[in-house]
Amino acid sequence: MTFINYASREINCKIVYYGPGLCGKTTNIQWIYEQANPEKKGKLVSLATETDRTLFFDFLPLDMGTVKGFKVRFHLYTVPGQVFYDASRKLILRGCDGIIFVADSQQARMEANIESIANLATNLKENGFDIRSIPYVLQLNKRDMPSAAPVPEMERLLRFRNEPMIEAVANQGTGVIETLKACARQILMELQRA
Amino acid sequence: MAKLDLVMFEEEYRLLQEIIARLAKDASAKVVFLVDKNGQQIAAAGDVKSIDATSLASLTAGNVAATDGLAKLIGEKEFSLLFHEGEKDNLHISIVGKRGILVVIFDQNSSLALVRLRVKKASKELQEIFDQVEQRAQKESDTGNRFESPFSEITDEDIDRLFGD
Repeated sequence: MTFINYASREINCKIVYYGPGLCGKTTNIQWIYEQANPEKKGKLVSLATETDRTLFFDFLPLDMGTVKGFKVRFHLYTVPGQVFYDASRKLILRGCDGIIFVADSQQARMEANIESIANLATNLKENGFDIRSIPYVLQLNKRDMPSAAPVPEMERLLRFRNEPMIEAVANQGTGVIETLKACARQILMELQRA
Repeated sequence: MAKLDLVMFEEEYRLLQEIIARLAKDASAKVVFLVDKNGQQIAAAGDVKSIDATSLASLTAGNVAATDGLAKLIGEKEFSLLFHEGEKDNLHISIVGKRGILVVIFDQNSSLALVRLRVKKASKELQEIFDQVEQRAQKESDTGNRFESPFSEITDEDIDRLFGD
């Protein structure tokens, strides 16, 4: 749910990174945080366990500049990927404007990817959204891994609505900004239609 | 979109701002924030500069969401009030209507009783404005007669420019 403030001429959008455990959601956000112009970024908040696994969420506010005289701000969130944190994942989807699904390219994680998309569909539905219509991007992460599945195979298994599909190596920054941009584009275009 | 967007106009914003500024003064609070349940800050009053407001808004919403989840687990509709006591500063968090969260930060210059009393009064006023905003949005959505969106003419170039291309 986008928040448009006419008084301060600001528009705030919430983007959620979703995906199975250890697929690189936090790595995406961390890379954006490290690269962003210091004036544009806020503080990166990470609620993680002692072993750096996301416990509740990571949060990064980003000032993107202005469109039509309105300051555009993105709030980036990640969910905890581990299966047993489902209750927390559901909460974080509340009021989201767009989803970036980070898939782990390693062959052994394909089933976890599929399960996570099914879980996303359920949790979106419980929050009143439809996975088939919400702004959505599929990122194929860890393309540099030796055990990475071929792109056509991942596309066949994971792509279901002709959504933008972007190959990435998040820890090197490859594809990270492109992914965010593809999601932002859909959200802003949605506002145009509204 | 599944739910109505939150669109706030100048007049409504000014009223909200007035109410929380008065609350900050009446409750002798350090800072008062009004936050949306999705984690976005709506308005703030008091010594705002001393706190990272964006992180505060997001963490408060996360906190309220988690507490909501706990409430449902034990069969409650919600816990409408959260209170965190610190050594110097305390945090009073309460739900306003369906989508607002009121955060009051106060120290020994005030008391929990005073804050609770003032929050109760301010909540009622805030609730009325939220209702107005919602009714207007509902009306516009029903009649299909929405306000002229500033984004109706957004282009690919505008979006590219946001990313510095």
